[in-house]
Amino acid sequence: MHIKKGIGDWVFDIFNLILMVFLMIITLYPFLHVFFASISDPAAVVQHRGLLLKPIGFTTGAYKLVFKNPMIPIGYKNTLIYVTVGTAINIFLTTLGAYGLSRKNVYFKNHIMFLITFTMFFSGGLIPTYLLVKNLGMADTRWALLIPNAISAYNLIIMRTSFEGIPVSLEESAKLDGANDFTVLFKIILPLSMPVVAVMILFYGVNHWNSWFNAMIYLRDRSLFPLQLVLRGILISNSTEAMTAGATTGADIEQVGETVKYATIIVATVPILFVYPFLQKYFVKGVMIGAIKE
Amino acid sequence: MTDLTNRETIEINVPNISKWEIIRKDVARNKYIYLMLLPVVAYYVIFHYVPLYGAQIAFRNFSPSKGIWGSKWVGFKYFEQFFDSYYFGRLLRNTVLISLYDLIFGFPAPIILALLLNEIKNDIFKRTVQTVTYLPHFISLVVVCGMILDFCSRDGLINNILNYFGIESIPFMIQPQWFRTIYVASNIWQGIGWGSIIYLAALSNIDPQLYEAATIDGAGRFKQALHVTLPGILPTIVIMLILRIGQLLNVGSEKILLLYNPSTYETADVISTFVYRKGILEASYSYSTAVGLFNSLINFALLIVANYVSRQLTETSLW
Repeated sequence: MHIKKGIGDWVFDIFNLILMVFLMIITLYPFLHVFFASISDPAAVVQHRGLLLKPIGFTTGAYKLVFKNPMIPIGYKNTLIYVTVGTAINIFLTTLGAYGLSRKNVYFKNHIMFLITFTMFFSGGLIPTYLLVKNLGMADTRWALLIPNAISAYNLIIMRTSFEGIPVSLEESAKLDGANDFTVLFKIILPLSMPVVAVMILFYGVNHWNSWFNAMIYLRDRSLFPLQLVLRGILISNSTEAMTAGATTGADIEQVGETVKYATIIVATVPILFVYPFLQKYFVKGVMIGAIKE
Repeated sequence: MTDLTNRETIEINVPNISKWEIIRKDVARNKYIYLMLLPVVAYYVIFHYVPLYGAQIAFRNFSPSKGIWGSKWVGFKYFEQFFDSYYFGRLLRNTVLISLYDLIFGFPAPIILALLLNEIKNDIFKRTVQTVTYLPHFISLVVVCGMILDFCSRDGLINNILNYFGIESIPFMIQPQWFRTIYVASNIWQGIGWGSIIYLAALSNIDPQLYEAATIDGAGRFKQALHVTLPGILPTIVIMLILRIGQLLNVGSEKILLLYNPSTYETADVISTFVYRKGILEASYSYSTAVGLFNSLINFALLIVANYVSRQLTETSLW
């Protein structure tokens, strides 16, 4: 069915097109600006007024300084540990929970489900959790970033919903053949649930990648710091100091400091930008699964 | 023993016995399932219910050396101290205002984007816009805040642009009046594309026949959007709104911690950042737990009210 477009439709379409292009520009420009500035001559960047539409001069000095900072590789290494080990723990426990709570005829299922969903809406708060983690002797160890957030109730519910959608007949015939629940879970349910497992890996993985707050409150030992906490030191703490102290002291150091910041941002985001196009569809799928749950 | 008491014990015990019997059989049949659920339940008890139990230090004069039970019970002392303090009004105002602005401007933004994307007929252009606008969601908060601080600094990008138009530089990050605007605007910048996915999903579930019928009835694009599209995604909007209201006082403290500084506390300091400073940095455990508990209770109450109102008005609710 095709309807002839009126003047109003044309006006709307053009307006919409311009708006969308504008939206893309303001989304992308900040990254371009950071990139151009990171390879520009530091003194010229500070002098420059207005938008930066191409690099001014060319130097990789800022990147050399970034890679000289020993905390960057340490942060990367730690983040890699937290992402892989943390996500493995997340997936293991979430799968166990989702399987048990998706089975029929389990007497305490609803009790346990209530126990879990209640925590989504009410919690003891930051301080009691902090004291608990300290009392358990996890403070200043890697465990503090791996165990206290081992399961997300939201993700568990998504996974449970997905497990519930698998036909019961598969499980029943396997049980007739003498399979127990571990066999059913690992041999039948999980192989059929790889898409949702992929989504869970991404959700949990990105969370570990982005997380810095827990590291800040629990870790003192700098050799355990994840990348984001290292970045916070470079991008946030320094900049606020410089701002409040005033821009009069050590102008040269500050100029280099600016481009080093830009280079740090690029070094910290490039890995994500590379995998992003491949991961995007899984993320979108994950949001959809979450939506169906409602 | 009289007849009467005998009968009583029988009447009470019979259902109990059969209930235990059911449970015993259930545990025997599902022993592997319970074995799997054991670490999950243990995790929730230890890391969610023990802190919930530990939250009673809000009512005690807690010191770590004495433990929870050894610390003296002081009732509502810390709550009163908080309500009477200079900070109470400021924190409540900041928390509510930042949340409210974020709700008023941030909540409709992805819905509008989804509706506008829905009107784009060129699939490649549409997908390009989507891919680009999802991108900021994947940039870590620390990096985004680092960029905000840099762009908003006295000689940063935004002031460069302002200077270009002949406007004097504004020290955005140290003037309190700008904090909320920066917070809300950057939230929209980072979240608008990602937030639209759920509405686009809801849009794709609308029956195309409804549009055909509307076209036959002579409805133009605007009327179709108003009478078919919007009602079609209304349940999704309502659910998202309830969840959002339940989090109204849970302002993203991580972002504020990264963006604020003492000169902007006046507008930027919220309950959760205050709890962090008092509890973690100053070790006033009981006081900060009381403040945090107050925050949790208000959130919980808001969620229940929002859910109730929504159930009455739209028949959509969380439970």
